[in-house]
Amino acid sequence: MREFIDGSEAIARGALAAGCDFFAGYPITPASGILVHMLRELPKVGGVAIQAEDEIASLGLCIGAAMAGRKAMTATSGPGISLYSENIGLAVMGEVPLVIVDCQRMGPATGGATTVAQGDVQFLRWGTSGGYPIIALAPSTIPECYSLTIHAFNLAERFRTPVFLATDKEMVLTRATVDVAAYEPVPVTSRRYAPPDAAFVPYRIAALEDVPLFSPIGGPHIVRFTTSTHDEFGYLTKDPAKVERLNRHLAAKIDAYRDEIAMVKADLEPGARTLLLSYGTTARAMAEAVALARKDGQKVSALTVLTLWPVPERAILEACEGIERVVVAELNLGQYRLEVERLAAARGIEVVGVHRVDGELITPQEILAHLR
Amino acid sequence: MEAVESELRWPTYLDPTRLPYPFCPGCSHGLVLDRLNAALVRLQLDPRKVVIVSDIGCSGLSDQYFITNAFHGLHGRSVTYASGIKLANPDLKVVVIMGDGGAGIGGHHLINAARRNIGITVLLLNNFNFGMTGGQHSVTTPHGATTATTRLGNLEYPLDLCGIVAASGGRLVVRATAFDPELSDWIAEAIAGEGFAFFDIWELCTAYFVPSNRLTRRGLEAAMAERGLSRGIVHREERAEYSRAYRELVAAQAGQRVLSPQPLPTRYESGVRKKTHIVIAGAAGQKIRSTATILGRAAVLAGLWATQRDDYPVTVQTGHSVSEVILSLEEIHYTGIPSPDLMLVLAPEGLKVARRTLERLGPQARLYIRSDLLPVETEAQLVPLALASVGKKDQAMMALAALVGDTGLLPLEALREAITVGQKAEVARENLAALEAGVALLGQATVGPVSAT
Repeated sequence: MREFIDGSEAIARGALAAGCDFFAGYPITPASGILVHMLRELPKVGGVAIQAEDEIASLGLCIGAAMAGRKAMTATSGPGISLYSENIGLAVMGEVPLVIVDCQRMGPATGGATTVAQGDVQFLRWGTSGGYPIIALAPSTIPECYSLTIHAFNLAERFRTPVFLATDKEMVLTRATVDVAAYEPVPVTSRRYAPPDAAFVPYRIAALEDVPLFSPIGGPHIVRFTTSTHDEFGYLTKDPAKVERLNRHLAAKIDAYRDEIAMVKADLEPGARTLLLSYGTTARAMAEAVALARKDGQKVSALTVLTLWPVPERAILEACEGIERVVVAELNLGQYRLEVERLAAARGIEVVGVHRVDGELITPQEILAHLR
Repeated sequence: MEAVESELRWPTYLDPTRLPYPFCPGCSHGLVLDRLNAALVRLQLDPRKVVIVSDIGCSGLSDQYFITNAFHGLHGRSVTYASGIKLANPDLKVVVIMGDGGAGIGGHHLINAARRNIGITVLLLNNFNFGMTGGQHSVTTPHGATTATTRLGNLEYPLDLCGIVAASGGRLVVRATAFDPELSDWIAEAIAGEGFAFFDIWELCTAYFVPSNRLTRRGLEAAMAERGLSRGIVHREERAEYSRAYRELVAAQAGQRVLSPQPLPTRYESGVRKKTHIVIAGAAGQKIRSTATILGRAAVLAGLWATQRDDYPVTVQTGHSVSEVILSLEEIHYTGIPSPDLMLVLAPEGLKVARRTLERLGPQARLYIRSDLLPVETEAQLVPLALASVGKKDQAMMALAALVGDTGLLPLEALREAITVGQKAEVARENLAALEAGVALLGQATVGPVSAT
C-alpha cells in the first residue's frame, strides 16, 4: 500500500512514534508545516504544543519542558538556528535531551525562504560557543524522515544532548509516493531515570563518557540545573579539576560512542574506482546517478551519510577501500567535503566536490560527470 | 491558624550549608531572598514542587541558596525556561529571579508571558544597573543617573516595567522596595495564586549605583514618588492561567486518531509507459499545487510512483506558482525535472518563470496553454485551451482534465477518486465540476503539432 506525502508529515509522525509530548516553535518557511502538524497532533496524545513569541523562546520552552520530563522537539530553518544558538549551548551544558529539526533553506541571513540549500551543515556542528560535540542526522528519503526522527529522539534520550535532524526545503515540502512498508519501525528508548527512593546527585557520573541519570524537575528528587560550569551537584564551580572533568565529559560521552551513533547507507560495488558520497536531498540525485551509471555498465560505489555529526569516520574509510576518487555532492560550497578531505588525504585519495548554490538541485548528470 | 515555627515541616527553604549569601555588604538582594524564604515558609510547599529559575547577573546566584529545585539559565531567557517547566507540569510553583538587565534583554519574553498569563511569579531585582559586569546602565536606570556607561548622565529614560506588564495582561503586578515589610505577604499571595505575577523590586547596589548616585533607602522611596509611581499591588486582573486553560481547551482532543498513513490502494491501470515529467505553471490562487497533489494521488491510485515539487515566491497569494510532477513505473529518487514531457501554462506569472523551461521543450513535448497567452516560441506541440473566461480556481483542474483525457496517462476515474479522497465535500464538488468541464474542453482543443508562432 502506498501514500503520497511530504517529509514534514513523516517527521511529525516520527515524532509521535518516538513519544514526543512537547513542541514549541515559531513560524518559518519551510518548517511551518511541522509546527502546524505538531500543534494539531500533540493534544491528541496528552502532549503540549505552543507557538512561541520567537525562536529563542521556542528552544527555551523546550529546554524547560525537557528538564521537567518531557520529550521535546522544535523545528525551524537556518535563520531560526541562528537564534537557537545560545540555547543550543545551554542544552549541551545542562545535558538536555531534545530534538531540533533544521529545514535548511538558502542562506546567509534571510536568504531564500523557499529555496533549497544544505548550507547549515558546519553551522550545526559549530553553532554554539565552546565547540562541543553535537549529533546531527540527515534523512535522504521520506521514510527516513520518519525513522531518523525516532532515532534522533533515541539518541537525545540516551546521551542527554540536543540532536539535530538536518533536512531541507526539498525534503520537507516535496511530496512523493511512499510504500507504507518502507517506514522502518524503530524501537523507542528513553532516558535513564534515577531510582526514586535513592539520593540523587544531578550530574554524577562514574566514568567520563557516562551519561548522568535523569530525574525530572517536579519529580521525586530536588533537581539542580545550571548553564554555568558546575560540579556534580549542579553548583557553580571554578575548581580546575572539576571544570576539566565536566568539559571532557561533554565531549567524551559522544566521542566514545561515535561508531554506534554512525549511520550510513553503503552501496559498494567491487572494482569501483569512484565513491560517490552525499546526504539529504542530494543523496537522491546520487541514487539516480548510480542507477544510470550501472545501467551503462560503469562500476561505481555510493555512500549516503545519515549521521552527519559525529562524522562516521570508520564507515567512510571502509567505503574508501580501493577507491581512487571520492565525489562529494552537496548544496553548499563544500562543507562536508572538508570532512571527507580530512579522512581521504591520509590515504592519497582524490576528493572532488559537486556543489551548487543557485537554488537548483544537483542533477544526477552533474555527479556522473566526475566518474572515473 | 498559623503553626509556630518549630512545628513547621519546612522551617526554612534556605540551605544552611550554602549560606551566607555571596552579595556585597548592603546589597538588597539578600533582603529579597529572605522575603521569598518567608513567603515559602508561610506556604509550606513541598520543595520538590517549587522551582526557582534564575537569570544572569548577581541575582542569578540566588537559586543556589534554596533547598527547592533550581534552574539557572541564560541571560534574559529565564521566563522561557520557567514557562516550559510550568507548561510541562502545571502543578509546580515556579519563581523567576531576574535583574533589570534581564528585563532589558528578555523583555519580549516578559510581555509575552504576561500576555499568556502563564502561572509563574517573576521577582525582578531592580538595582538600576548591571552590578556583576561593573555598573553599566540598564533599561531601568533613571534619567540623568551616572553609571559606567553614562558618565555624563543617562540620556535615556527608564522603562516602567510594572506598567508594561500590566498593559500586557499580567494577573498580579507589584511595585515595591526591598525594604517593604509587606513584600513577603505579596510574594506569598502571588505564589499561592494562579497566573502571571510580576514584582518590580527597587534595590540598592552598594558596589556601583549607590556610590555613583548617592542613592539611599529613603531616596528609593522618594524617587518612586517623584515619578508618580505607587507602591504595593498596582494591578490585578483575573484571567485563566495558561497551562491549565490549554489543558481545558484541548481536553476533548484526547484519544483522537493521530496523523497516520492514509494508503491509496491501486485501483486503476495507468497509461504511463516511461518516466513522465509534467510542469504546471500558473499563478497563485489558481490551485496549482492542490491540483498537482490530486494528480499525484491519482497516479498512486493507478499504481504509479509520483513526486510533486512546488516553486512559489514567499508571498502566497500573488506571483507565480509552479508544480513539477514526475510519474514513473519505478521509485523516483531525483525529483528535479530536466525538460518536461508535458507542460501546462495557465497564467502570465507562470509563463514568465517557466519561459526557460518552455524554450527547452522538444518537438516530442506537448504544451497545453491558456489560449490568451499565445503566441509563445516553442518547438513543442501546442494545445491551446480556451480558459480565459473560466473562473481562476477552476482553470488548473480543467487543464489537468484536458491533459489527462488527451494523453491517456491516467483514467479519469482515478482523478475523480483522487479529488474526493480526504477532501471537504464542497471543495471536492467544485473540483469534480471543473474536471468534467475540462473533459468537455478537450473537444474544442486543437490537438496535434502546431507550428511555432
